[in-house]
Order: sequence, then structure tokens, then C-alpha cells
Amino acid sequence: MVDKNIKLMQGNEACVEAAIVAGMKFYAGYPITPSTEIAELSAEKLPRVGGRFIQMEDEIASISAVIGASIAGVKSMTATSGPGFSLKQEGIGYAVITETPCVIVNVQRGGPSTGMPTAPGQGDIMQARWGTHGDHSIIALYPWSVKEIYHTTIKAFNLSEKYRTPVLLLLDEVIGHMRESIELPKEDEIEIYNRKKPTCPPEEYKPYKVKEGDIVPEMAGFGEGYRFHVTGLTHDETGFPSNNGNIAENLIKRLVSKIEDNKDDIVEIDEYLLDDAEIAIVAFGSTARSAKSAVDILREEGIKVGLFRPITIWPFADKQLIELSKKVSRLVVVEMNLGQYYLAVDRVASKHTKVEKFGRVSGELITPQEIVDYIKEV
Amino acid sequence: MVHQELRLTGSGGQGLILAGIILAEAALYDGLNVVQSQSYGPEARGGASKAEVIISSKEINYPKVIKCDLMLALTQTACDKYVDSIKPKGILVVDKSISNIPIREDITIYVVPIIETARNSLGYPMVSNVIALGTIYELTKIVSKTSLEKAICNRIPRGTEELNLKALEEGYNLIRNHKEECIGYGCRFN
Repeated sequence: MVDKNIKLMQGNEACVEAAIVAGMKFYAGYPITPSTEIAELSAEKLPRVGGRFIQMEDEIASISAVIGASIAGVKSMTATSGPGFSLKQEGIGYAVITETPCVIVNVQRGGPSTGMPTAPGQGDIMQARWGTHGDHSIIALYPWSVKEIYHTTIKAFNLSEKYRTPVLLLLDEVIGHMRESIELPKEDEIEIYNRKKPTCPPEEYKPYKVKEGDIVPEMAGFGEGYRFHVTGLTHDETGFPSNNGNIAENLIKRLVSKIEDNKDDIVEIDEYLLDDAEIAIVAFGSTARSAKSAVDILREEGIKVGLFRPITIWPFADKQLIELSKKVSRLVVVEMNLGQYYLAVDRVASKHTKVEKFGRVSGELITPQEIVDYIKEV
Repeated sequence: MVHQELRLTGSGGQGLILAGIILAEAALYDGLNVVQSQSYGPEARGGASKAEVIISSKEINYPKVIKCDLMLALTQTACDKYVDSIKPKGILVVDKSISNIPIREDITIYVVPIIETARNSLGYPMVSNVIALGTIYELTKIVSKTSLEKAICNRIPRGTEELNLKALEEGYNLIRNHKEECIGYGCRFN
């Protein structure tokens, strides 16, 4: 019998548990398979910690409510799947330009459209990056186990608060629905980041002015005595709309660079047996689990293969992948789509090595043996 | 080294996913690594349902069952669909309501009246899943009895402990008392 705080937990459940630990006090959503448990458990648990749950009329309303709650000073989250993720794109752009921290979970299923509700797919990789219109950068995390869902959910909240930006948490249907053992960390082992609030008198507050040495503007909450304007239009430091070209240019560049210039802090990757690898597999989420088994099988046969697993899929780990591409003769991107992350890897790595894609869209996981066969055949 | 892959199949509403969760939790109590997953169609009830449990003393990467050591089938459809996924020398437990018992000489098949026992002896069709767990325990001993009972009590509605533990006992007995009904490889009685 084990005596530690080890539990059998579902992926979606771990997401909610972690969100509450991270400080989530508001959830608005419209349930959709395979993310529904996140809504159900948020409804059950949030009132117990003084939080609110609202089931909205649709996904657009959900993301809007989440943004509103965050501007009111409360850490907020929503969860959805493919069709709902499409609907939330407009709101995600609004959160980007208004610099509103929030977490959007997308438990992916087979697409496009309503696709395969109960089957896994990894088809939203590029939608996560470019789903909303306009120039922007985005943070998207992609855990591969129940345990890692717990940690990345907390990280998603922390990054959203620190960089004042929406953070996407991409889960695979398999990872969201499966149960695995997880040892819950103690409260003092968890680092929580809260948004920086203004200390100046309300009449001096400029909601979009970045203080010297800061990454993002200080964020007052509605109702805290600070009056400020929030708009999806391009705006100046006061928060009011502006059509001035310089102001627009500076704003958009700042929104992008606050993420792209801090990759060392944001980007997290996991490497497995890459030191002496001649072939590297790039994979994330459930596919990376198959890839890890494939690496073990191939290594037993004397083939030097390793695994590069981005946990942060956006912003892109270009520095690490360029370095890796100089060391290996083949980079094989394995994903449950027809080659999306492959495009990003190929862009930075094809100068130095052969970049290949291996994927499927059948609603079934790619098995370790399929990866082994592919690597040996080509 | 322990490594067992189990597949519980039937139709939605038979409680197979819960049975999978209970089995996984019992293995967790025993200090083993475990992954439990499931697949089902868009329906709330009816339709094919499949719960999978991988129990191992090693780290589990690929989370799904490819070839199973033991499979439970409560419906004909599920039995026909997944019977080929049983490893040679593996075990198939089928409910007696299934009329076409698959032909596989390389596995051991137990035909047991799970659903009938739940309905007639216990009066509650919904405990079929726990009876099934009893049969799996008796055939594999993959988890300890204490852990299995603890996991059941942790996951069922309060107040139904007595009924469910009785169902579990019925499951043990179905195997102990029906060994002569086994078919195929590894059966000493036919």
C-alpha cells in the first residue's frame, strides 16, 4: 500500500485541480466532448473555493465572459474542443490585444468541423498558432501525461499572468480522458505568479504603459478604483483607440516581442536519448509517448534514435531545433495530422538535415511499432 | 516483472469504464504503474464501449492496449470485434448471453453467467461490472484482494458497499465453480 498523496486521476480532472491551485476563480464554458469533464468539475469545485462557474450560451460568449472576469481581476479559464476552439478565436485575439490573462484549454478531437468527437487528433497545431487574425504571438503548452497536465496548467496560469496574454493548453483526447497515477505536490512546492497591480494613484494610471524594467503594463482590476478603457482597437498608453501609425506599430511589435524575446523563460522542452542520436523524432502529447517507446525499441536494435519533445509548442523552439538539426541526419516529425508542426520544423531545420513527416488522421493513436517501421523503412 | 494489458468490452451503460477505473485504482494501491483509458461512440448509452487497463511494474508509455492478456466481453458485438486482440495463451471471459463463442484454440475461454447472476441472484443488473471484476481477479490475481475491495468501496455510491462486495464474491465463485466450462488452450477440464 502506498502512503504518499498518490491518486488515480483523469487528465481533465488534473487540469481542474491544478487550475484551482493556480488560483482560478472563474470558469465560463460551453461543454463539448472530449473536454466536458473540465466544465463539470469546475462547476463542482469552484463554488467551494469562492469561485464562480457559468455555463454560457455558446463558446463566443464563454471566452468573452472569461476575458471580462479577468479584467475584473480574477484568474479565469475556459475549455473546449475543435469546433468551440474555432469559435473562440475572435475572443483570443481580443485577449491578445487587450493583454488580458486567461487560459483556454483545447482538448483536441478529430476535425475539421464536428469531425470525430470521441477520437484523438492533433489537427489544431496551426490553429493554435494562427487561429485568430492579425499579427500576434501566442503561448501554447502541450503536456503528455496526467502528471504533466497538472504542472502545465499551473504554468499556463503563471505565464498568462506574467506576460498578460491568453495561454493555450492543448490536450489530446487520449490524455484528457485517460487515468494515470499522479502524486500531488504540496502547496509550498508550487510557485504561483500573480499579475502586477498598479501602485500609483488612480489619476496617474496609464493602463497600457510599460514601466522601465517591466515586461508588461501593470494591470488594475475593474472595481478597484482605477478607471480605464479597454478596447480591441489599436490603442495608446491610455487605452483609448488610436489610428496613429507609430502607436500601432509599437503596440503590435511590443505584443509580439514580449513573448518572442522571452523564449528562454517560456519555452520548455524535454529530450530523451538525444546525446548520441543520429535520428531524432519530434513529437508532442500522446504521440510523444508512442515515440518514446519507439526510441526504446530501435535502441535495442542498435539504431541511435532520440526524442525531442516540445512541451511549449508555441512560441517555437527554433534555437534548440536548429542546434539539433546540425547533429542528426534525420529529423522525423510524428504527429496525428498531415504535417503541421512539420512545417515549422522544416522551416528552421531543412538547411542542416533531412526533415520528414509521419502522421495519420484516422482517429487512432500512432503506435510505437508504426514509428519503428517508418524509421527503418525510409 | 509485472505487465498485464486488459480490455473490458461491452456496450455503453454496462459500467465497464468504471470497472476499468476500479481495477486501475486497485493496482495503484498495490504500488504498480497504471494507465486506464477508454473508447466509446458519441452515444450516452448503447453503442460499443471499451475500457482498457495497463498494469506494469515498469513505466507505461503507449497508453493503449495493442494485444491484451485478458479480455472481458459482455456483448456479442464487442466479443467479435476485439477477440483477435487477445495474445496467444491469453484469456477471454465472455458472458453466457453470448451465443457465438469465438473459435480460438490458442487462448483460454471462460463462459460465465455474469449478467444473469447480477439480475437473478443479486437482483441488480448494474452490478455486472463488479461481478466481472471478481472473475478477472480470480483468473489473474493481478491486484491484491484488499486493494480491489478498497477501490470498489472508493468508487461506488455510498450505501451500496455490501451489495457490491457480494457481487465481487459472486464473481470469484463464478470462476471457481465454472472451471469446467472453459474452452481451448490451458483448460484442464475438457
